[in-house]
Amino acid sequence: MQEAMINRAKQLLADGAVNRVIGWKRGEFAYDITPAVFETAEELEKEFVYDDFTAANVSKYLVKESKKEGKILAFLKPCDTYSFNQLTKEHRVVRENVYIVGIPGGPKLDAEKIKAKGITGILGVKNENYTLKIDTVYGEEIMPFYEAILDKCATCKSKKHVVYDELMGEEGDVLDSNRFDMVEKLENMTAQERFDFWRDQLSKCIRCNACRNVCPACTCEKCVFDNPNSGVENKAPADSFEENMFHIIRAFHVAGRCTDCGECSRVCPQNIPLHLLNRKFIKDINSLYGEYQAGEDTTSRAPLNDYKQDDCEASIVHERGVE
Amino acid sequence: MLKISLDKLDKLFEAISASQTLYIPVDREDGAAEYKKYESGMKLSSALNTLRSAKDFFFPQTENLVDFKMEGKNIEVIDVREESEDFVIFGVRACDARSFTILDKVFLAEPVDSYYKNRRDHGTVVTMACARPAETCFCGTFGIDAAAPEGDAACYSDGESLFIEAHNEKGQKFIDSISSLLEEGDTAKLEAVRAKTREILKKLPLAHLTTDNFGGDKLNEYFNSDKWGELSESCLGCGTCTFVCPTCQCYDIKDFNTGHGIKRYRCWDSCMYSDFTKMAHGNPRLTQLERFRQRFMHKLVYFPANNNGEFGCVGCGRCLSKCPISMNIVKVMKALEVK
Amino acid sequence: MQVNENKEFQPLIVAFCCNWCSYAGADLSGTNRLNYPSNVKIIRVPCSCRVNPMFILRAFQRGADGVILCGCHPGDCHYTSGNYFTRRRMTLLFSMLDFLGIERDRTRVEWVSAAEGAKFAATMNEFTEAVKKLGPNRRLEDLRCRKQ
Repeated sequence: MQEAMINRAKQLLADGAVNRVIGWKRGEFAYDITPAVFETAEELEKEFVYDDFTAANVSKYLVKESKKEGKILAFLKPCDTYSFNQLTKEHRVVRENVYIVGIPGGPKLDAEKIKAKGITGILGVKNENYTLKIDTVYGEEIMPFYEAILDKCATCKSKKHVVYDELMGEEGDVLDSNRFDMVEKLENMTAQERFDFWRDQLSKCIRCNACRNVCPACTCEKCVFDNPNSGVENKAPADSFEENMFHIIRAFHVAGRCTDCGECSRVCPQNIPLHLLNRKFIKDINSLYGEYQAGEDTTSRAPLNDYKQDDCEASIVHERGVE
Repeated sequence: MLKISLDKLDKLFEAISASQTLYIPVDREDGAAEYKKYESGMKLSSALNTLRSAKDFFFPQTENLVDFKMEGKNIEVIDVREESEDFVIFGVRACDARSFTILDKVFLAEPVDSYYKNRRDHGTVVTMACARPAETCFCGTFGIDAAAPEGDAACYSDGESLFIEAHNEKGQKFIDSISSLLEEGDTAKLEAVRAKTREILKKLPLAHLTTDNFGGDKLNEYFNSDKWGELSESCLGCGTCTFVCPTCQCYDIKDFNTGHGIKRYRCWDSCMYSDFTKMAHGNPRLTQLERFRQRFMHKLVYFPANNNGEFGCVGCGRCLSKCPISMNIVKVMKALEVK
Repeated sequence: MQVNENKEFQPLIVAFCCNWCSYAGADLSGTNRLNYPSNVKIIRVPCSCRVNPMFILRAFQRGADGVILCGCHPGDCHYTSGNYFTRRRMTLLFSMLDFLGIERDRTRVEWVSAAEGAKFAATMNEFTEAVKKLGPNRRLEDLRCRKQ
């Protein structure tokens, strides 16, 4: 795949169809891959990489990149296309300036999961028939491929590209995923159990803002939490209230716009399952206002920008679920 | 050297925690390790290092410096500082142990930061030699020997026993307090373990990284390097690298209005944040490029310039494994070096 | 908010009221000399949809034990559709608070028209009672703001 992508990118560069390519750049190890913009065939040849570790969603970078001179080629995985479409809908990217090549997605690997198995000193990772052969300083280690995949890939919602100019590989389908299982499990707990669960998780937060900054739906020029005049800026996380507030507002602000790409949980250095907050909103929207998948199209009204006269009342929250 | 059998670690921890607060690295449910106050039954983590660094003990992420109460035209200043109690941090790795030396240069230089000094005076750092360094480790680059950590006292394991030696008075006092549990041991096997660790350290992928091309005199070479644009282009501007870093020491002062008074906090700041060093006139670093550059120039150039050539990095590798986009000091050093 | 040994707990209730209906409703209940607890603090907003989730959270941060949002009845919004948006937003927000384990009876949305002074008073009485039963807000409070 990587070879084909490099060739296609070189072709498009040579044709003058695009003047830049956004993709992923090789790192020091097998897994530390950085999103990058390439401008020449030599750079592509030398550093472009697409493998089991290229999980980063590059669509948010296009907010800035699509406003620059010339057209940029973006290789987008199915989940990335949802984010891109959503950004197009919100007029955050200039669609005409991006040439999208849809590429097959994951499942992608999570180096943390390999390390959690006690495997350390990783020098190389090879996938042979869904068994990972990991070359380490301490000898070769083996683990099943599916035990090392990212959480966001384990609950993949769709293999379909919702926007592209051309497609490499086959068109996939929307999947029947089990992504709401954990949300449901929490809903069925008692309020006290839920409270304890989230206190336990959110108290790990170090307020690094990685979840917010990586989120393709978080594109405010200035975040309320960065604004000292807002009265809620909380650079000094001194009270548990602030953790709750930050995460509620972060999730709420992308409610109805979050495509469930799972980047927030992927980047969290403290492994907080932040996507569960977003999924809770998605699940509620689906059940209360009708099925809605953000990013699926660029024309429909977002659930929070829309209403029906016979919408349920807020008291529905009091009437259902476990107290 | 004095030793204690590894299966008697519980007894050791009990003995230490009987007289003062003890913190040890323990495994969390998600597999990461973190420092926790020792309570009976806790098991020492076998992880190489804790997810967050140990700097919290001396330089916490958020610290209440002072409170103000206002009544009419009077402002009452309330000192909320509490004298720290003696505590022991057990199992600090060589990299983190060195980071304290670096923090000391900042906070213990005149004018001395009394909040920091208070905790530093009361804390005893007991280090633990590494046996299984990871691919992200490059402490050797900064002259740190993972097999012989610094700290007030150091521990080494040969798989059966834990050997303890003191490096200074504080460490000796610590050993004296637990001496009834210790016995004299033969270090022959230990030497073999250490030699093996040093062999592994030499084989690590980053073993050859050097600081030869960096230092206080390299300002002009690197400040205007055209590499910064490329290196910083994918930076998200989050604070992960700075918050997991054992040596990042920038902080901000924030006031919080409680509705009936003011609480003044010191909190970690991150040069990656858009409001870093924002002043009345605005912000001196307007783009992510400048903020990104600040972090690495600080560690590789500005810090050694002000501290007799000592670098502001200890090679713990946390930023290598935690950066959401995997951009880190090693990549920066390698990219800049190419002339 | 205050718990005295010999005094029963009196919750602090924040009521966001829209300018056109609910605030007038509150006025009417006043001119009609209807009783509702003095612990209810009214904040007037131009429309119920002016209230963003942060307002609700901040009220809790600053010591509220319950937050109620009152607006025009659906279909009667002075701005045609503001309260419809409010309804969706608050449903999702309250559901999220519930998901985080915050007591669900601490929050409520109620539609009160300018003619419903009696409903306003009744609602406030009822809501205050409900919150009183829950006791002080502990799960979503900011300890720094607690009055000593």
